[in-house]
Amino acid sequence: MAGGSSINVLEQFELHPVLGSLGEALRLSQSPIYMVVAVCLVLAFLYLGMKPAAVVPGRLQAAAEVCYEFIHTMAVDTIGAEGAAFFPFVFTLFFFILAGNYIGLLPFSFTFTSHIAVTFALALMVFVLSVVVSLKSQGLRFFAHFMPDGASPFLAPLLIPIEILSFLSRPVSLSIRLFANMVAGHVMFDIFASFVVMLAGFGVVGDVFAIGPIAINVALMALELLVGVLQAYVFAILTCIYLREAVAH
Amino acid sequence: MMTKTVRAGLLMSACGVSLLAATAPGAYATGMPQLDFANPLVTGQVMWGAVIFLVFYLVLSRAMLPRVSRVLEDRAHRISGDLEVARAAKHDADRAVAELQQARKDAMAEAQANLQAALDEERQAAEKQMHDINARLDMEIADAEARVAAEKARALGALREIAHDTTQALVQRLTGLAPDAQLVAQKVEGASARRAV
Repeated sequence: MAGGSSINVLEQFELHPVLGSLGEALRLSQSPIYMVVAVCLVLAFLYLGMKPAAVVPGRLQAAAEVCYEFIHTMAVDTIGAEGAAFFPFVFTLFFFILAGNYIGLLPFSFTFTSHIAVTFALALMVFVLSVVVSLKSQGLRFFAHFMPDGASPFLAPLLIPIEILSFLSRPVSLSIRLFANMVAGHVMFDIFASFVVMLAGFGVVGDVFAIGPIAINVALMALELLVGVLQAYVFAILTCIYLREAVAH
Repeated sequence: MMTKTVRAGLLMSACGVSLLAATAPGAYATGMPQLDFANPLVTGQVMWGAVIFLVFYLVLSRAMLPRVSRVLEDRAHRISGDLEVARAAKHDADRAVAELQQARKDAMAEAQANLQAALDEERQAAEKQMHDINARLDMEIADAEARVAAEKARALGALREIAHDTTQALVQRLTGLAPDAQLVAQKVEGASARRAV
């Protein structure tokens, strides 16, 4: 992290090739490694949780079932009857982001959701999926949604560009929301942690005052645990809302 | 159908994401490593991420989530089955209670009928006995009356004879003549007939 008295809060977001020149050729950095770890953790959690397959679940199984039912309820309640078909996708999306956010909170780890390339790719995937589903279920009537019902035809030249713009800005807002939240949280961590290191250079007085930034970082950790799950939830629920609009006739 | 749509959409998204990764502009020279699109590692994570996400999606949708849903369905099935069994047991118990009550009612009715029959029989027997006794008493009364009447008739017959003899004796004593038996008998008959009337 920060070396000496200089603070470089962005260093933590740098990508480094793994496996030497092979990784460089495959464009393999630590980020995909953490994605694999996140995915494996989620799968292991579900596998071990559901391994007893007991009628009366234990703690881990109950946790796995709660995760399943939480996303299932969200998908079916928001999207409607067709929600069951999109449930695995929403589940994948939610836990991919949640695991990425939470793994990033571990010391010395990397947060792949703090990269706009990753979050924008996820948002674009949701956007393309919703457009494809819209065209599939509504056909060309999909384009009628860009003219709000009941609006005066004279306003059409104004309203249609606005509607199109707001539709196209969905993946941007979706991706930047997650990216900015993650970056901000980790920058704050880094700043306050650097304060501790800097205060350590002032001897005993510094040691005493260093308690402040440490306390703030503890509080920040609680906040980031909340933000991590909240952002994953927001991403998933907005995906559900877009898909509901797509399947609505 | 929807699952197919999802899969097609995902495939298209993966293609789109790969395209984006291939054509991402590399002109950003800022402090943020995330915006350094000239760095092949930044766009590389999109490629790798697409593959990892797809694998994650496939493993979840094909293996993990069906496992969870199977357990949940099994549980719901089992609970509803147990409830069904309990409901059936309750139904059986209710029927057994109803049968018991019916049997009790039947037994009570039968006992009542037996009691009634026994009482009726007893009453009939008593009536018959009473009737017999009455008949016998009536017969004895009739016998006694007949005997009384016979005795009376005999006594009356004897009275006529006495009257006849007495009349003959009186007339003989008064007149000194033996009266005509025929006339005495006629007169006694006439007097007794007048008295009887």
